[in-house]
Amino acid sequence: MPPRIFLPLVSPAGDSLPSLAQAPGGSAASTLETLTAAEAEVLGAVTARLIPTDSNGPGATEARAAEYIDRALGGALASFRDTYRAGLAALDRYAQSARGSSFARLSAADQDGILTDVERNAANGFPQSSAFFNLVLAHTIQGTFCDPYYGGNANFVGWDLVGYPGVRLAVTSDEQKLNARPAPTHMSAYEYRMFSGRRPARAALDAGDAHAPAVVRQETDTGAFVSRGDRDGD
Amino acid sequence: MATELKKTDVVIIGLGAVGGVAALPLAQAGLNVVGLEAGNWLRAEDFAPDELRNNYRGWPQSVQKANLEIPTHRPNASAPYSPRLAIHPMMNAVGGTSLHYWAQSWRLSPWDFKVVSETRRRYGASRIPKGSTVEDWPFGLEELEPYYDRVERELGVSGKAGNIKGRIDRGGNIFEGVRAREYPMPPLRGSGFTEMMADAARGLGWHPFPGPAAINSRSYDNRTGCVYHGFCARGGCHVNAKGSTAVTTIPKAVNTKRLSVVTEAHVIRIDVNDGGRLSGVSYLKGGTEYFQPADVVLLASYTYENVRLLLLSKSKGFPNGLSNNHRQVGRHYFSHNTGGAVTALFPRSLNSWYGLPAQGVAVDNWADDNFDHSALNFIGGGNLWIYSDRRPIAAAGMSTFGRAPQWGSAWKAFIKENADRANTAYLQKTTLPYEDNYLDLDPAVTDPLGYPVCRITADFKDNDKAITVFVQDRMSEWYRAAGAIATEKGPVGTMGPSTHAYGGTRMGDNPDTNVVNKWGFSHEVPNLGILGASVMGTSGARNPTLTAQALAWRTAEYLTKSWKAITG
Repeated sequence: MPPRIFLPLVSPAGDSLPSLAQAPGGSAASTLETLTAAEAEVLGAVTARLIPTDSNGPGATEARAAEYIDRALGGALASFRDTYRAGLAALDRYAQSARGSSFARLSAADQDGILTDVERNAANGFPQSSAFFNLVLAHTIQGTFCDPYYGGNANFVGWDLVGYPGVRLAVTSDEQKLNARPAPTHMSAYEYRMFSGRRPARAALDAGDAHAPAVVRQETDTGAFVSRGDRDGD
Repeated sequence: MATELKKTDVVIIGLGAVGGVAALPLAQAGLNVVGLEAGNWLRAEDFAPDELRNNYRGWPQSVQKANLEIPTHRPNASAPYSPRLAIHPMMNAVGGTSLHYWAQSWRLSPWDFKVVSETRRRYGASRIPKGSTVEDWPFGLEELEPYYDRVERELGVSGKAGNIKGRIDRGGNIFEGVRAREYPMPPLRGSGFTEMMADAARGLGWHPFPGPAAINSRSYDNRTGCVYHGFCARGGCHVNAKGSTAVTTIPKAVNTKRLSVVTEAHVIRIDVNDGGRLSGVSYLKGGTEYFQPADVVLLASYTYENVRLLLLSKSKGFPNGLSNNHRQVGRHYFSHNTGGAVTALFPRSLNSWYGLPAQGVAVDNWADDNFDHSALNFIGGGNLWIYSDRRPIAAAGMSTFGRAPQWGSAWKAFIKENADRANTAYLQKTTLPYEDNYLDLDPAVTDPLGYPVCRITADFKDNDKAITVFVQDRMSEWYRAAGAIATEKGPVGTMGPSTHAYGGTRMGDNPDTNVVNKWGFSHEVPNLGILGASVMGTSGARNPTLTAQALAWRTAEYLTKSWKAITG
């Protein structure tokens, strides 16, 4: 008899909508779901350099991109948990050996230098570091620009950064005119009543991951499918 | 042991874009049909406008059997394997990928049916690319026209005709083949950006026109019109304006009480009796194996799974796989050359955040044989397609055109200014089959049940690459004419798993080079019909779905009219 491979779609009954109005950074450190405190510190510092808080406004820190990744690593991105464990440790070891301090304690300029080495496969003792860099960058972008339902893009700082006017259930002809600038809606898709009863699992109960076989996990979701989305229509 | 079910007239394997179409004429003719679908029913509430889920997480709303059997790929028999995709290009659900496709619903051009004879006639036989196994179709566009017409009305296709009974209308595509009548609905509206691009094309002396889409431009068949909200690409429609088979032909077939839909059915084998005819289909559901006897089986599980199921269904009479005694299953495979994109940067915001991939403007001046190839080094061409569709995660991953790094403050400043100033064209190009491009079973990689997955051995050839160079130049010219300050040409890539996968069970009169006859039935197994782009021998320069659906209707209609001959 073959193994039972059809799992029912799990709908986490106790799951509630995230508090989208929650102010970022104002409260105590959020509860980690997957990463250790040490890992989260490194990851938070990395995301803060990838999408910095600067004169162009809030960045990955305010968007809570690292919190998004922490949560997703317990669900849809669980196949990358080991990659993060090893990669964050290797990155911190490289910061120690190259600049004499843990990554999170370095100056912004030194952190950028470390990340540049990692991006270019030039970090000693960190084989294939560019793959890890690209993975973290892709997930940081997801965490900064995704629907806030998933814990990132807090207070819509990512959408506001790129001028995305937000989720609408219908768009008028006038709103599509060349010079139109629709006002931001600042709503999660799941705040619309129509979808609030059919929310996807966000973390440990993610159905998509439950169905994913080990062989699928050999790949990252950093490149192939993103570029396919741009080039390969239906 | 398998549980044997009550015999039915017809089993359809896969209730997607084509199986879902074929079910309707069968059910309307009074045949009892069992539709085996690997996924689930989904409804409008499942289609939240959520970029992360639609475009990055492989559709967890429905059981995704396809993600357990993603084809492997290598460019040729001695090349290393390409990285395996994380998500199958297609998805499983009732309605299949017609739930989340772009819904561009093109008819092929007359030339696509006669590539060999027309190329010989106009340029000489030497212009057929070396090594290509391309054949003329067993019939021309005129044979398929009534079926295109029927499906356009059943699904609800919006568009503007360019050639009604030979009368050319410059509001539509002046190059299209003869149509009997206008589309059932006017085209989707343009956006400010697509209208800007259409003006630029006219300035070049080209002929821009709105493309056809299986999306309501107004209320049609008790479904509302499109709301242009921006989540159509790999997103289901929350107002059912998209004419997926899940909201059109399948419910109509279910209403006849002749179609029985079995969801989460994982087909593992097509069974043959001692006489060399099909006896039914074996599938797994909930851990139990079932055998569904049937008089006729229609295989409609998309190109990769069509080929894989045939090759896995070995028997005494078919030791190389079902319908494969001529060794043609898996041959003449190709996937559409849709790579080699062009991306442009404009000095102003384009307001393209909303809309949909089917809301756009097309140029066919450089497609098919619409221009003189005498002095060129290729045959065929490309359809240029510009549309309004942009979402924040993808926008943040935009090209920086060499003007900024990929992260940090300078990158952030770049995307803040330019996230809505870029656009990528969709360029579909003629792609041909070749001797050494094929599908078979992977010798090492299996699905969780232990069955080999489909292996693609295929790459783009010189003709495909030459078209890409030519079409990218035309597209760059168009963007520049519209005011772009930079353009960037993407690589053609390689022929990996695709949403536009053709061949493998090609249709043709000659059983030595084709798996199915001109009606879509196997040359070797009389009660096996095959549906989908796997029967198509040419791609044209446009999306395959409507053609595959028209062929599916035609095959199903033939079955209803030839029932006694087929079931013996």
